[in-house]
Amino acid sequence: MADKKVFLYALSTCIWCRRTKELLTALGVDYDFVFVDTLQGAEKEKAVAEMARHNPSRSFPTVLINGTVIVGFQEARIRELLQK
Amino acid sequence: MTDIDKSRLAGFYRQLQRQAQDGGYFLNPDSGFAMELAESLLINQNRYGYQACPCRLADGERELDQDIICPCDYRDEDLGEYGACYCALYVSKEVAERKKQAGSIPERRPPDPADRAKRKPVPSAPGTGLSGLAYPVWRCRVCGYLAARDTPPGVCPVCHAEKDRFELFMPGGNTR
Repeated sequence: MADKKVFLYALSTCIWCRRTKELLTALGVDYDFVFVDTLQGAEKEKAVAEMARHNPSRSFPTVLINGTVIVGFQEARIRELLQK
Repeated sequence: MTDIDKSRLAGFYRQLQRQAQDGGYFLNPDSGFAMELAESLLINQNRYGYQACPCRLADGERELDQDIICPCDYRDEDLGEYGACYCALYVSKEVAERKKQAGSIPERRPPDPADRAKRKPVPSAPGTGLSGLAYPVWRCRVCGYLAARDTPPGVCPVCHAEKDRFELFMPGGNTR
């Protein structure tokens, strides 16, 4: 699973983001994430714009797994993509 | 994980439960889950000065976030369609009774603020009378409570009569 590149756009207060992080941790996946709500000004705008390119509805969590975008906490889909 | 005082959180959670019950709504039956959301609402209260939806990115300006102050403008539509609001703090009766499970649902809030404004009620133009209503009005046949929204409430917040006791009182909006 080490070859999978996983990135998560999240909010520090969002429960579905929290569940997504817990799932990735439980699956033993190496992943990077950003809590967009803890950013300020230009940094926040940049993160939102970047996320919007993958998910135009700009909703959280947005997970990228090797370029595949998963919007919302989709446990089955995340497992499927990571266990391929 | 946060500096939210435990007794403040417990009091707030009880208040949410009471308000939900009084208004004919249900909180998520998983109390740990609902408590996590209650805590996040208090974090946002501290952060922004109002209880912005924990699962959405708040702008930080009350006027721009008005539609996502909990309970948000989208709650009732999401309860009707998915059995849970966007965070799943509020759930339908079926979910509350554990006959169905709440999950992560699609975002209904338009990403562009200009499109959000279009969702707001447009007052009827002079001379058009009631035919210009932005929303249909539903009447509780039991107590007479009126609700202007796309669909009747699940439960009457006044007398707790169920959804099927509502009748269309005045057509409006896209009432078909």
